[in-house]
This record gives sequence, C-alpha cells and structure tokens, in this order.
Amino acid sequence: MGNKQTVFTAQQLDAYQDSNPQPMAVPWSRLFHRYRDLAPQLVPLDYTSKPDVKLPYELIGSMPELKDNPFRQRIAEVFSEDGEGNMTLDDFLDMFSVLSEMAPRDLKAYYAFKIYDFNNDDYICKADLEKTLNKLTRSELTAEEVRMVCEKVMDEADLDNDGRLSLEDFQHMIIRAPDFLRCSMHHIHLTSGTSYHCKRLCAASPGQMWAS
Amino acid sequence: GPEVDMHCNTARRGNSNSRSGSKVKEEKPKKGQARRSKAKEKKKVLREQCEEECRQDEEAPKCSKNHRNEKAKTEERGDFKRKTKDSCDEERNHISSDSSSESEELSADEEESQEEKDVLTQEELEKLKEAVEEKKKLIANLRGKPWPMSKKLVTLRESQEFVEKYEGALGKGKGRKLYAYKVMMMKKWMKFQRDFENFRTACIPWEMKIKEIESHFGSSVASYFIFLRWMYGMNMILFGLTFGLVMVPEALMGRPYGSMPRKTVPRSEQAGAMDFAVLWDFGGYAQYSVLFYGYYNNQRAIGWLKFRMPLSYFLVGVGTVAYSYMVVIRTMARNANRDGGGDDTSFNFSWKMFTSWDYLIGNPETADNKFASITTSFKESIVEEQESHKDENIHLTRFLRVLANFLVLCCLAGSGYLIYFVVRRSQKFALEGLENYGWWERNEVNMVMSLLGMFCPMLFDVISSLENYHPRIALQWQLGRIFALFLGNLYTFIIALMDEINLKRREEEVVKYNMTVWQASLYNGTVDDNSTTSTIPVDPADVPRGPCWETMVGQEFVRLIVSDTMTTYITLLIGDFLRAVFVRFFNYCWCWDLEYGFPSYSEFDVSGNVLGLIFNQGMIWMGAFYAPCLPALNVLRLHVSMYLQCWAVMCCNVPQERVFKASGSNNFYMAMLLVILFLSTLPAIYTIVSIPPSFDCGPFSGKKRMYDVIQETLENDFPLWFGKVFSYASNPGLVLPFILVMILAIYYLQSTSKTYKAANMDLKKKLQTRQVQGW
Repeated sequence: MGNKQTVFTAQQLDAYQDSNPQPMAVPWSRLFHRYRDLAPQLVPLDYTSKPDVKLPYELIGSMPELKDNPFRQRIAEVFSEDGEGNMTLDDFLDMFSVLSEMAPRDLKAYYAFKIYDFNNDDYICKADLEKTLNKLTRSELTAEEVRMVCEKVMDEADLDNDGRLSLEDFQHMIIRAPDFLRCSMHHIHLTSGTSYHCKRLCAASPGQMWAS
Repeated sequence: GPEVDMHCNTARRGNSNSRSGSKVKEEKPKKGQARRSKAKEKKKVLREQCEEECRQDEEAPKCSKNHRNEKAKTEERGDFKRKTKDSCDEERNHISSDSSSESEELSADEEESQEEKDVLTQEELEKLKEAVEEKKKLIANLRGKPWPMSKKLVTLRESQEFVEKYEGALGKGKGRKLYAYKVMMMKKWMKFQRDFENFRTACIPWEMKIKEIESHFGSSVASYFIFLRWMYGMNMILFGLTFGLVMVPEALMGRPYGSMPRKTVPRSEQAGAMDFAVLWDFGGYAQYSVLFYGYYNNQRAIGWLKFRMPLSYFLVGVGTVAYSYMVVIRTMARNANRDGGGDDTSFNFSWKMFTSWDYLIGNPETADNKFASITTSFKESIVEEQESHKDENIHLTRFLRVLANFLVLCCLAGSGYLIYFVVRRSQKFALEGLENYGWWERNEVNMVMSLLGMFCPMLFDVISSLENYHPRIALQWQLGRIFALFLGNLYTFIIALMDEINLKRREEEVVKYNMTVWQASLYNGTVDDNSTTSTIPVDPADVPRGPCWETMVGQEFVRLIVSDTMTTYITLLIGDFLRAVFVRFFNYCWCWDLEYGFPSYSEFDVSGNVLGLIFNQGMIWMGAFYAPCLPALNVLRLHVSMYLQCWAVMCCNVPQERVFKASGSNNFYMAMLLVILFLSTLPAIYTIVSIPPSFDCGPFSGKKRMYDVIQETLENDFPLWFGKVFSYASNPGLVLPFILVMILAIYYLQSTSKTYKAANMDLKKKLQTRQVQGW
C-alpha cells in the first residue's frame, strides 16, 4: 500500500483535524484508505500535491455503510461539490465527519435539512415530504395514508404557516428529538472485505470510471 | 513562499531607514523618542518574524513546496488572493505610514502630533488585537460551521497565518518573548489534548465488536452490550478495591495458612479438602482462604507497614457501595441530560418521519426489517390517530386487564412460596447431613430459583396477551413483573438465609461452651486460672471450631452466582445454539418450514438479558462484604459473557421483527439498577449493624459489633480532639437538625425545579406563538 507517511503532510493533517468536529474516532489515514479502496487506480497515494480527483456516485453509493440507506443518493448529493454525488476526498471526509457521532447537533440538523430537501429550494415542501416518506416505507403506504401523514407533519412542524418547512422550523422540531443523535454512522469496515468488494465492483463497471 | 518573500522585502525596505536607530533607549526618553522607539520595535518585531518565516521556509523544503503549491492553488481562488493582497497592502501602508509619520514628527508641533500618533497607534493596536482575537475565535469554532471542507481549510489557513503574523507584534518589549512562549505552549497543550482524546477513544474495549452487532441488529441489541461493558468497567473498579486493599494485604502480610485455627481446614474435613466436588462447592481449601470472610485475622495491624486490616476491610465494604451509588447516579444524570428533557408528544409524526431511520444499519436483512417496522409503525400511528375517539368495549378490556394482573399476582405468590418451601427443605437436609442426598437435593435452592427465573417470564408474556396494550406499554409491564418476580425471589432467599444465620448463632453458643470443656480436658485437671498462655502445643486443625455464619453467607451467594451463570450459559447454548443448528440442518427433512414457522431462529431478548445482568449485580453487592472474591468472580463472568454472547448473537440470532427504540429505556434500566443497589445493600447493612460477629473467625472477631472497629480506630489512631469532634458530630442532638435541614433543602429544590419547568413551558408557548405571528 506504499509508505503511509507520505500521504499527507503533518500540516495537512493538523488542518483537517482543526476543521473537523470528531476527535479522531477513526484516524484520517484510515478514512483516506477507505476512500482509495473504492477506486485504487484513480486515487493517488500521495496527497501532498492535492490532486483533483473525484469518485463517481456509483462507487460512493455502494459502500457498505450507505448501500442500505434509502437516502444515500441525497447524502452524496449534499456533500459533493458538484451537487451530483461525485465526491472528492474533501467531500468524503466532510461526509464522514458530519455523520459521525461526535458532530454537534446543530451541524447535523443543518445537513439533515439539506438531505431531506429534495428539490434544493431551501424549503421542505409537501412534495419533499412525500418523497421522504415513500423512500422510508418503500412505497408501501397507500396514497391516502401518505397524504395524511404529510399533512400531520406539516401541522406539527410548520410554525410560520407558510405550507412548507424552513430551516428554522426544521431545527426547532429536530433538536428536541430523542433519537436524533442516532442519525449517524460511525463504524467503518476496515477489514479486508473492502478490497474484495472493490475488486468486485471494479470488475463490474470497467468503462464507467472517470476523473473529473 | 513568494508571499512571505514579498513581505520580507517590504519590511526590509521599510526598516532600512531606521536600522541605525534600532537600539531601544529606555532611560527617560522624550515622548517623541518613545513613540519612535515603539514604532521601531514593532517594525523590528515584524522584520524578525518575517525573517523567521523565511528561515523556516528554507529549512523545510517540503513545507515550502507545500506552501507554494497551496498558495498557487489558492491563488486561483480570488478571495484568498485579494485578502493576502489586502493584508500585504495593509502592512505596507502601516509601515510606510510609520515612516511618513516619523518624518512628520521632525517638523513643528511635536506635542500635538505626538498625541495624535499615540492615539492612532493605540487604536491600531486595539484594532489589531481585536482582529487577532476574532481570528482565534473563528479557528476555535470552525468545527461547528456548516461549510464544505475546502472552504474550512482555506479559512483555517488564512486565520492561522494572520494570527501568527500579528500575535508577536502585540507583545511589547520584554514581555514579547514570554508571550510568544505562552502561545507556543498553548499550541502544544492543545495538540497534546487532542492526541490524548484520540488515544482514549482508541482504548475503548470491544468497540469494533459492538459496532458490528449494531449494524446487524440495530441499536437496541447493541445497547445491551454497551450496558454490559459499562458494568464490566464498574466491576473492575470494585475488583481493584477488594483485591488490592483486602485480599492482597492479608495474603502477603497476614499470618500464613495453617498458623491459626481459623486459617486451617479442620481435621474432620481434611480428607476431602482437595476434591473437585468440594472445591466447586467452595468448601475445603477454597473456604479457608482469602476468598472468604472467615480467613481474616482480627489483629489490629499487620506486617511492617502496620496495615490496619479490620479497618481496611470495613472501609472497603462501605467504599464499594458508595462508589457504586456515585457511578450509577452520575450515569443517570448524564443520560437524563442527553435525552433532552422529557417526552414531547407534540412532534410524533415529524420525528417518525425524520429520525426513524437507523443510520447505523449496514446489513440488508436488518434494513428490510427496519423498512417493515417503519411502515408498520406509521400504519399504527395512522390507525391510532383515526380511532383515538372510538373506545370499543372498554369494560371487557378492563376486566381482562384485572384478570391478567390477578393471574400474575398468583404466579408471584406461588413462586415465593415455592422458594420458601425449598429453602426450608434444604435446611432439613443440612441438619440430617448432606452426604445422604444426591446432587439435586444439594443444589435444590439454586436450581429452583434459576428455573423460576427462566419460565415465569414466558408465562407473564402469555398472560399479557390478554391485556391488549400498546407494545411499548406492554414491554414496561413485562419488565415490571419480571422485576417483581426476581425481587420476591431474592428476598425470600434472604429471609431463609437469616433463619440459617440464627441457627448458626445458636450453634456458636454451644460450641463456645464446648470449647471451655475441651480446654479443661487438655490440661487434664491441672487448670491454673492465673495462667494466660497454654504451654501444650495443639495443632490448629484440631481446635474445635465455631460455625462461621459470615463465611456461610458468603458461600451461599457465591454458589448462587455460579449456578446462575451456569444456567445462563447452558440456556444460551441449548436455547439458541442447538435450536439454530436444529432449524438449519433439519429443515431439509421436515414437514413444515422450520425457519418461518415454529421454532425458527431465536431473537435476542434484550430486556430479559438486561434484567439478568442487573440482578446479578445486586447479588454481588449483597455478598461482597462477606466474600471478597465476588467482584473478581464477576469480572471473570462478565468477560466470558461478553465474548460468548457476542458470538451467540452473530451466529444464532436473527434481527428482531419489531425493531425497537432503545433510547427510552436507557434511564429505565439505570433506575432499576439504582433500586436494586438500594435494596441489596439493606440486608448487608442490617447484618453489620445488628448481629454480633462470630467469636473465632473474620477480622471483627471478638468485638461486640462490626462497626466497633471505627470507634477503636478513632480512639487509638487519631489525636484526642478528633475523637471529641466525632463524638459531638454523632450526637443525636446534632444529627437530627442536620437531617431536618436536608429535608428542607430537598423540598426547596423540588419546588424551584417545578417553577423552572413551568417557566420553560411558558417560554416554549411564547416562542411558538411568536413564530406563528411571524415576528
């Protein structure tokens, strides 16, 4: 895997740590190797020159932590620079640090709002709610039930009565939720299973990789 | 880098005029000179800093290359370039303004212009200081800002560079070096703190195991293992206390085995003292060792350290309880804080929608279950919402619930009577001699208690299907009933134990009388009342021994815990593992589908396991005073349990169908633990306070009451005035008013907390109405 020490300079590591909420539950080098394992031929080992490498959404969405998550596409879109799910290393690290257990509540609330805002208009409207609900229940509720639930949610959380949830409404509602801090992923599978997984994926989609 | 070089050049150019005057004249300078020297100092500082940076750059080629690359990269981003250019210009202007003001100063009206410049410089300094503080604050708060990583990195670098550049300039004269040193130490300290945090998080045991379980089974199953790990930590501390302060000193510094009657196996038991069966029962050599109370000598101070053994024994006993209280209450307070203050039902549907997905799930099967349970939960809520005004046949429901409770009470009474009956029977067996009976009779009590603990909860489960409650409420009723069952069993056991203690004490009187007879027989009638020492050597094994009720109590608890552990492991292996093997391999040749019908794979029973853990801990607390080996045994047991149950869960269990929220139950389990702690220390305290210790075994032998050791220590080891103070403090005239004051304080705190809650609700309402009105 090469000499781990030449991946980042000490200053880069310090800079990452200062801008990041979690006190290194997982070392940065592990996260980097995780990122690299998704596509070893695209990601260089030496990041001291800050190369501009982006991994396509298909690779990100197939990570074991994300592949069962119904919101994985939105998560990738929110954290990626280009808004389409193709993530650079910075985006990747950002995603893991916000979704980790150590991130502060307000930060999580802010990003949760962006994830559930499907049309990116800075408001969660009824259509967004319906999409969320259908993703959560895999479209197993009837249309009548979906409509009822969305109405109830709007009743409960919309404080300024404009028919959609703004960031303030959302934060006001979510900060009190007892389960909110469980909306995080923390563990990263660091066993050799990842390399097997990567080989499988690489074999499956040979012609689809590109570096932006 | 190029930027730094530019700064250096400007600074050098600006300073060339004043290089000759760089020496600072401190002895009574004129105002103008003072200001000039101040400015020169500043310039000198800036220059020195620039030079340092240049030097640093040259020394570290990698760094410089990095710097250059970074700067080259960031020069693409317009704002950074603009900012450095601005700061560059700022600095240049600053320096040039200095030189211009210098030339001005040489012209007329020194006083006026000096004051102006003073104010300016002062202002500039203040502004600079503010700016530096702002940047520092920005760096500290950078973690919480919702910016993308690249923006954070850029801002961080800018702010750090700004702070570094101007921090040195703020320190004045001699204080500058100290200030820079302080800043460097602060940085090093923060780095050390961060590294320590990383190390600490890496040190948490079993973290990866638990995370894996969490991803497969969800957080409620993982919460059991987290609870187990927390218990393990607490037990380690208890083990440390008892092992280090009680067992080790006696083993190292006390009299060795065989030197005293209490430390020797009696002649009558020596034949079988090494048998495995006897040892497994904690008799024989195990009984006469540091593991139990009876071995300890009542000598006041032992060894060259003059270690006060009886005092240490007593204080460790009290200390384990005090530490446990502290830890449990602290964890409860922390959990209560984190849960964010109470049950709000005003956001039911919103929370269901936005927080029900468990991001920790990393397994498709669990994900399927989670989807299904979310769908079911939504449907249930919808139905509840629609039918909240319809109550059908409430009389039938009420009747069924009363019936169910009646059945449960019958069950509890029945189990209590069964245990009492079994204990009396075992006492009868003991009187007639245990050798005549087989294995079942000998272990009847423990087996019956374990079996009851296994089957009654299932019975309660069946009965609760009559009640038709919401699943969460049904779970709470179930937990409450199992709690009552275990508690009843435990207290029946204790009452039976008390009976045995009284029996042993009566026996002791008889033995004491026999001792005098036996001693008389030793001298063959030549007893001399004045002689205090016996010149006839007697082997300690032959001395008649009193029945040591404390060791007996310790033994009972140890046996109970060992049998409980064995039962748990065996039910695990049979109930989970063999069942899974059966379902897996016999599915091919069976009439119906074993995996979907009966029996299918078992689910992990979180509440049952947690309750088992809590009661086990209660028994440890009860028995630890009389058997110092109990915490050690428990540590071993928890260690093995962790590995065994982790393996069993991953290998034999399937994720639950109803994936339950764990968060609500967290403080519920802690509250139960607290109640158990309180209830299990009561019997121990009662025995310490009211029953005199045995006359020939244990560290308190010969005293009237066990707590007399405190009195003795106060009299002999502390100065006189201490004893007086203590006796004043234990005067009822002082204690009662103290208790009264505490009651008043509790009342006051409770009423203030009520008012705070009311104020809180008020504010919440105000906030909502304000937002509705759109202010």
